[in-house]
Amino acid sequence: MDELELKEQNTQEVVDTETPLDKNVRLMSPNQMLARRFFRSKLSILGLFMVVGLFLFCFLGPVFYTQWGETELDKSGKTEYATAVTTYTVNGVEYTLHQTTETHLIDNFLAAPSAEHPLGTDDQGYDVLARLMYGGRVSLLVSFMTVILMTIFGVIMGGLAGYFGGWIDNVIMRVCDVLMCLPGVPILLILSSAMDGWVSLDLVEEEMRIYILMFFLTVISWTGTARLVRGQILSLREQEFMVAAEAMGYSTGRKIFKHLIPNVMPQLIVQMSLSLGSMILYEATLSYLNMGIKAPYTAWGSMINIITTNQDILQNYPTVWVPAGLCIVIAVLGFNFVGDGLRDALDPKGRR
Amino acid sequence: MLKYILKRIGYSILVLLGVSLIMYFLVRLMPVDYIQSKIDQMNQGGATVQLDTQFAMYDTYGLDYPDKLIQAKIDDLTEKGKLSEIPEWEAMMSGESGWAKVEKIFKGYFTWLGNLLRLDLGISFKYGVPVADKIAQHMGTSFMIALIATIFEFLIAIPLGITAATHQYSLRDYVVTILVMVGISLPSFFFGNVLKNWLSLQLGWFPPQGLVDATMSYTGVALLVDYVKHLFIPILTVVILSIGARMRMTRTNMLEVMNSDYIRTARAKGLKESVVINKHAFRNTLIPLVTSMAGLLPSLFSGAIITEQVFDLPGIGNVALVAMQIGDIPFIMGYNMFLAVLSVVGVLFADVMYAVVDPRVKLE
Repeated sequence: MDELELKEQNTQEVVDTETPLDKNVRLMSPNQMLARRFFRSKLSILGLFMVVGLFLFCFLGPVFYTQWGETELDKSGKTEYATAVTTYTVNGVEYTLHQTTETHLIDNFLAAPSAEHPLGTDDQGYDVLARLMYGGRVSLLVSFMTVILMTIFGVIMGGLAGYFGGWIDNVIMRVCDVLMCLPGVPILLILSSAMDGWVSLDLVEEEMRIYILMFFLTVISWTGTARLVRGQILSLREQEFMVAAEAMGYSTGRKIFKHLIPNVMPQLIVQMSLSLGSMILYEATLSYLNMGIKAPYTAWGSMINIITTNQDILQNYPTVWVPAGLCIVIAVLGFNFVGDGLRDALDPKGRR
Repeated sequence: MLKYILKRIGYSILVLLGVSLIMYFLVRLMPVDYIQSKIDQMNQGGATVQLDTQFAMYDTYGLDYPDKLIQAKIDDLTEKGKLSEIPEWEAMMSGESGWAKVEKIFKGYFTWLGNLLRLDLGISFKYGVPVADKIAQHMGTSFMIALIATIFEFLIAIPLGITAATHQYSLRDYVVTILVMVGISLPSFFFGNVLKNWLSLQLGWFPPQGLVDATMSYTGVALLVDYVKHLFIPILTVVILSIGARMRMTRTNMLEVMNSDYIRTARAKGLKESVVINKHAFRNTLIPLVTSMAGLLPSLFSGAIITEQVFDLPGIGNVALVAMQIGDIPFIMGYNMFLAVLSVVGVLFADVMYAVVDPRVKLE
């Protein structure tokens, strides 16, 4: 395919020598080349579709799917029948007693998928599809905010360390070393139970706990970004354009933010899209351990939490927990595909 | 080399001190008061725990008295008319916040550190045995699972990585890459539960949880078979989840090696492709694999919190999860420091191994 194009171009060039060169050769900016390389990979496109699809589902879904709200219980009720069969033997004659108990319940919980509830209801009587949309908002928002914060923090710290060097670099890198040794999940578990106390003291609102928790996650996870930025800046600092910037007498801030950071941007974007996947996993794991957002609000991980205590649901009601798990997988997979595609597209060594 | 290692060890100790300080402060932020809940439990039984007994309990666990308890003591003294003793108790009140509290936490930290230097991690609140013993007791299970999983991981990932690299951009490469990506993206709690539901609850091929069948008392070969049955799904979960990263690493390294000059030379000499790949290329991809294996070694002991929770295995991760939820301070500190030491040792191992396997690298 490529060869054919090339041949065509070549023959064209031979045929009309009159027209100037730039009429025959398509000029592309680096960004256009990047986009072309990115969209050439089918996996990147698939990843993009997955991510965009999930965002539409979570943020536009509730606009169209209005039957049920996030915290709206289905009070339509439900009747349960239980039959007990007992056999008696009296004087050699066998009697069978059929006892049927009819129970009327207020909440229509664990309903099977139907037109009213496309994915059924969960153990409380919430509509699973609606919860999936609202829960996804929490999961996606939390991960996005975490990654953006983490990147900003990492860029500032890495930029300072790389640009100034000396004792500033030393202090920041030693802090990095310590933070990198902290075990992630246990730390978040500890913080989460600290949060329980703050919630009970009314210092923190219940809905905010997952955001605060993820804020702490950024505090311990900016180290990767900082190291990346520092390494890049150390090598960029020695290049001619920086000498030129020095000679122009630019301010330090301008040198860092206008000349150095844009050059680190490509790697940063790749890192961000890959960390989005891992942040979604982190958030989901915390929610699964019931350390994240609490009822009546929900997140994808929290929707799976029920199976830790209720084996009946794990075994017999997959519509309650499997959709949430699939959403997590799609989100993480999508971000990983996009990140991978971006990395390949940005890699100057990649020849395809 | 020895000088380098010693320097690194000295530096690691400083890092660990920093880690322990952060950890201790975080742990002390936890509101879960283990003693209070224990006292509440005893009170529920109908009896009232004497104030002095309550103070004694806090003493035993080496914790400071909560303000509420001191207030109760002051009220009690006022009632009994022993007014002269009140100022002494009032001095102990820390107040809701402020430096007094921070000072207390610092004091607690140094006590803990002092005990640590005497190799005493303290006694677990929840389990009632020394923390070190508890960790040692459950480490074996976690280690066995991790070791077997890692062996399978390497056995499967390396050949896959190599074929993907030697057949770059072929259908095979795409299939392997996609499968690997799916593996990386699966949340362990979800995938573990799916496998558990499918293979054991629906099909009934394997027991859903635990390490051994508690209703039977197997010995010898039967016991081994029982272990294998119980550990099959957990190990499968771990292998599938971790295989991706390893395979991708092998593929990237292999691609890098395949593009190097000595491979071109080998091909130019007219060597067979299989010789080029197996003798010239593969050996050079071993360098990063061996170093990463060395780095991995300590982490085999750390336990997989989520997987062990899903399959209810008596590994160190599951034990720690329970301890963390109820606020067992000595155990949490002990376990997390154990993890931090493992990760520091892992990095050190990897760096040293890097210099050992690759003669071009010199440590300074």
